[in-house]
Amino acid sequence: MNTIVSMQNTSDQRTDGVRLDVDRIRQDFPILHQQVNGKPLIYLDNAATKQKPRVVIDAVCRYYEKDNANIHRGVHQLSVRATDAFENARRSVQRLLNAARPEEIIFVRSATEAINLVASSFGRSNVGAGDEIVISTMEHHSNIVPWQLLCEQTGARLRVVPINDDGEFMFDEYEALLSPRTKMVAVVHISNALGTVNPIRRIIDSAHRRNIPVLVDGAQAASHLKVDVRELDCDFYALSGHKLYGPTGIGALYGKFDLLNHMPPYQGGGDMILKVSFEKTTYNELPFRFEAGTPNIAGAIGLGAAIEYVQRIGFNDIAAYEAELLDYATKALKAIPEVRLIGTAKEKASVLSFVVEGIHPHDVGTVLDQEGIAVRTGHHCAQPVMKRFGVPAMARASLAFYNTKAEIDELAAGIRKVVEVFA
Amino acid sequence: MSDLSEFYRELILDHNKNPRNRRRLEHADHTAEGFNPLCGDHVTVFVNVEDNVVKEVTFEGTGCAISTASASLMTEILKGKTLDEVKPIFDAFHEMVAGESSAATKPPSLGKLEVFSGVRQYPARVKCATLVWHTLNAALTRQKEIVSTE
Repeated sequence: MNTIVSMQNTSDQRTDGVRLDVDRIRQDFPILHQQVNGKPLIYLDNAATKQKPRVVIDAVCRYYEKDNANIHRGVHQLSVRATDAFENARRSVQRLLNAARPEEIIFVRSATEAINLVASSFGRSNVGAGDEIVISTMEHHSNIVPWQLLCEQTGARLRVVPINDDGEFMFDEYEALLSPRTKMVAVVHISNALGTVNPIRRIIDSAHRRNIPVLVDGAQAASHLKVDVRELDCDFYALSGHKLYGPTGIGALYGKFDLLNHMPPYQGGGDMILKVSFEKTTYNELPFRFEAGTPNIAGAIGLGAAIEYVQRIGFNDIAAYEAELLDYATKALKAIPEVRLIGTAKEKASVLSFVVEGIHPHDVGTVLDQEGIAVRTGHHCAQPVMKRFGVPAMARASLAFYNTKAEIDELAAGIRKVVEVFA
Repeated sequence: MSDLSEFYRELILDHNKNPRNRRRLEHADHTAEGFNPLCGDHVTVFVNVEDNVVKEVTFEGTGCAISTASASLMTEILKGKTLDEVKPIFDAFHEMVAGESSAATKPPSLGKLEVFSGVRQYPARVKCATLVWHTLNAALTRQKEIVSTE
């Protein structure tokens, strides 16, 4: 009895420790203040993309209004300013991930492109017939298909770590799959469909004991928790800009310097070369060797602003508040008898996938939309997860630090309405 | 809420709950599979044709209320129609839920299918209503490949 009381006290203290001023934070996001279908917008599709704070929108506008020029060329003032802003954004990503050097940050279009870059460049030079790539059942299609393409091209084989009924990575089965044939482990940090936070440090340690490099798909994770690539000791980390409150069309790949430095170019073009003649081309140094063509300069600058914004709020407070929201939402959905939650891992981010008994997720989504509530419905680009849980599709409410308990109450009321309509 | 009841009309909810002709038709003359990769909807249509008349039409599959009701009502409407009558109904149905014309022209021949007129207000759901019709079309024209909405 005493133990229970003291546990409650601890959890109360933690709740009291959350210092987020959510009302003020909501003022930073212009898009949240609108009506949808005559109701205040309740945006619960944050795992698909985050809304953008004013500082990000302003940074993009300011760049186009004042500094727009091509980078790494030209001596004129605008080009210098644009280059500085772009390279400052690279250092913001470096600080976010605690990478050792800015050259280890490659700007790409998306986390998807980051993974494709590694599969294509590292894969082509390190993977051959009979080799194996290890991924997990909970991967997003973007961490499945690039490896399948590599396997098709090289004759390598994809091995898949199973997940249990709670949607957790099965560690023993993972270790059993690792062998001298394994040339890469590619796993998601936080599952977009299930919310599972994977034991990524242990996964990496285990692979490294066998000298296998590890790519972590951090598309979801970087907005929920502090990522330290040196502490994790991951070899590659794929980052999405727009899921981190930044613009779409920008992402980053972190790679260890020595690995990147030995990888062949991914795409050819301007900026990635030092010297071109028709006989021979000398490639540029890192990170430019992997950044062919004019990049998404405004996007990178917007991402830099987003990172600074999130860091000002602080990952400790974000994680604590999102955990509190998740707990509240889990209880609210569990109280509805017709709802089945899918993804009940012990270590979980603020993602709630669910099905409503006998009602297709699309119908759930349409009824909720009428209430102004945006949720994702469908297979969440993770069809193997749908198959694992025996459903054609799911509804998903994914929460960010600008969401509130009152919004979750509205979600629960909306789901009760769904049940009513289709009773 | 008034909007919602225009979309999920009573007849749609009824056919969703109790779909008619949802069964496999053994030895069907025509059959085709339809798939909507965006939502995972999957439908198979079975048709028996005799003397140019749709003698039997059934379906199997899972989907949302709109796609299930659309399949159920389609089978009800088409049974006994000649093959020549099927195409104009499909065209009129398609025009009603997805057509370009702003005037909600509803040819009288659509009958019960007019319950789907609200679908055009929900562009994201048009494919739910039309998947089974495209699949039927494929079955009748004996296309071998799986029909996809994408």
